[in-house]
Amino acid sequence: MSLVITDLCIARGGIPVLDGLSFTLEPGQALILRGPNGSGKTTLLRTIAGLQPPISGQMEGGEDTIAYAGHSDGIKPTLTVTENLTFWASVFGTKSISNALKAFDLELLCDRPAGELSAGQKRRLGLSRMLVTGRPIWVLDEPTVSLDVKSVAMFATAVRAHLGQGGSALIATHIDLGLDCEVLEVGPFKAKPPAIEDFDGGFL
Amino acid sequence: MNALLLRDLRLALRAGGGFGLGLAFFLILTVMVPLSVGPQPALLASIAPGVLWLGALLACLLSLDRLLALDWEDGSLDLLATAPLPLESVVSIKALAHWITTGLPLVLAAPVLGVLLNLPVGGFKWVVISLLLGTPALSVIGTFGAALTVGLKRGGLLMSLLVMPLYLPTLIFGAEVARRGAIGMEVQTPLLMLAGISAASIALLPFASAAVLRINLR
Amino acid sequence: MSIWEYANPKKFITSTERVLPALWAASALCIGVGLIWGFFFTGDEARQGATVKIIYLHVPAAMLAINTWVMMLVTSLVWLVRRHHVSALAARAAAPVGMVMTLIALATGAIWGQPMWGTWWAWDPRLTSFLILFLFYLGYIALWEAIEDPDTAADLTSFLCLVGSVFALLSRYAVNFWNQGLHQGASIFRAEAVIGTDTEEKVSNIFFYPLMLCIVGFVLLFVALVLYRTGTEIRARRIKALMARERVAA
Repeated sequence: MSLVITDLCIARGGIPVLDGLSFTLEPGQALILRGPNGSGKTTLLRTIAGLQPPISGQMEGGEDTIAYAGHSDGIKPTLTVTENLTFWASVFGTKSISNALKAFDLELLCDRPAGELSAGQKRRLGLSRMLVTGRPIWVLDEPTVSLDVKSVAMFATAVRAHLGQGGSALIATHIDLGLDCEVLEVGPFKAKPPAIEDFDGGFL
Repeated sequence: MNALLLRDLRLALRAGGGFGLGLAFFLILTVMVPLSVGPQPALLASIAPGVLWLGALLACLLSLDRLLALDWEDGSLDLLATAPLPLESVVSIKALAHWITTGLPLVLAAPVLGVLLNLPVGGFKWVVISLLLGTPALSVIGTFGAALTVGLKRGGLLMSLLVMPLYLPTLIFGAEVARRGAIGMEVQTPLLMLAGISAASIALLPFASAAVLRINLR
Repeated sequence: MSIWEYANPKKFITSTERVLPALWAASALCIGVGLIWGFFFTGDEARQGATVKIIYLHVPAAMLAINTWVMMLVTSLVWLVRRHHVSALAARAAAPVGMVMTLIALATGAIWGQPMWGTWWAWDPRLTSFLILFLFYLGYIALWEAIEDPDTAADLTSFLCLVGSVFALLSRYAVNFWNQGLHQGASIFRAEAVIGTDTEEKVSNIFFYPLMLCIVGFVLLFVALVLYRTGTEIRARRIKALMARERVAA
């Protein structure tokens, strides 16, 4: 399943931030989004994940194929690592969480309440959720925040394995993951501020 | 869907989940009523059905701000919205979990607290029946209020202001059933109205709650 | 030429600014003439004496209190369906007007009720419903004020208005059921009341004409206030949008 984005225009708080964005994400491929803070990467990923509607443009192939991970991991501190993962596994209708635990080296932690984990361990738990969703397209927003070098490598390995199985990944990140993939700079797609005289329904 | 219900129940029962807080509040409120209006048995007997209903309503209201806000803060709602579960089901299940952890205990506690308020013997049955029929509506309406205010930092007080007017019909008919039952009057009309409000709220409001939640997630 | 043309904020402001002075003048004229006529040139009512003259304020305010909510419901629906910003802003602009009308109706009612019923307030269904309506206005306005993002606020308040309307109607029915009251039926537009066949609750012709004038005046005042306030809201929105534009450009 490939994700096709055509001429997408997205807005944050009613103000267009990125315009004219087009790309295709084929199975087995990863795409890194780069751009300065506030350039609209998070908005773009949320739009692609279906959390907010775009202003214009088409997105194809994204329905029920995307697993999204944002800045927060959605982890319940009073549930154990296993309980947290099992919950998401059953929401997405998959069975096994052992792969996910293994890929992110969480096996020793699996009976600990998630609230007792360190920030990096929590992040690993959040990322391991992607593996239990069973969905082909991963949409990840700053996945490596608070991860150490070893964990970043662990994450890169998981992404590579996912790509190897015909999955794809769209990642907004500032660091080099060592993946063999294309990089999309969002800077050139910055939306031009609308003309000031044009005073219509949108007030801009 | 079961997974979400089980998770919410488990979260409510674990430390810091807030299970029993509503019940404790209900108890304290009921104790405070005789202390504020006086201990005359006849007076207490006449206001008991209304006090029990009001207490149950306020206990429900106070537990609403954790209903969606916790999932909002830790990002679970974003993830649930992108999961294969329709948001309408998510809010329905959340309301159901709220009812099981808050509404149902209140229904079960009401007869005990009725004794404290000198509730007439005939009233016990109707207090329980009316609360049993009415508290689901309180949970579902409350979920709508929680969905409306989920994105606000200090949403609790505002939510009370929004939800309480919506609670009025349920309160009026529910308390009317209990009041009429307690003095041995015929209860059919308010009982049917109460059941109607509950049924309609359960059937329709989740759509509004889900729509509102989608707007807040944008 | 379609009514939706006025959904363009610029067009809305320029066209309403042209008619507003006339609206202000007409409403002042109607209310002024109606009140003077009503207060000084009509006799006292047989049973109620001079107290009855408060209807010139009470009835128009009460009618507008309810109809403002209906107007907000319609404009909220228009916003949800057609996404015209002016519509949502009109609902926002109308809410405080409706709330004040509800307050006027409640206050004049209390002043009227004191000599007639011997009490400032009774838990009569009509009075209770108005108090409840006031609470709905309060919640609606508070929600608008609480939300930062204008489009989100418009969407959420529209949903609140929609759901609130259903529950307000239910409340009206519920309080009717809960307590039969003292208040007479709304008798202005009931044919029997006007021609005088219903002798119990008729509003006689002497009072009817100045009252109609006052109602027309209040409606004109309402329209003028809402148009004016909508214009203010549009400008506030425009300023907000321009400031956001600056931030993005910077």
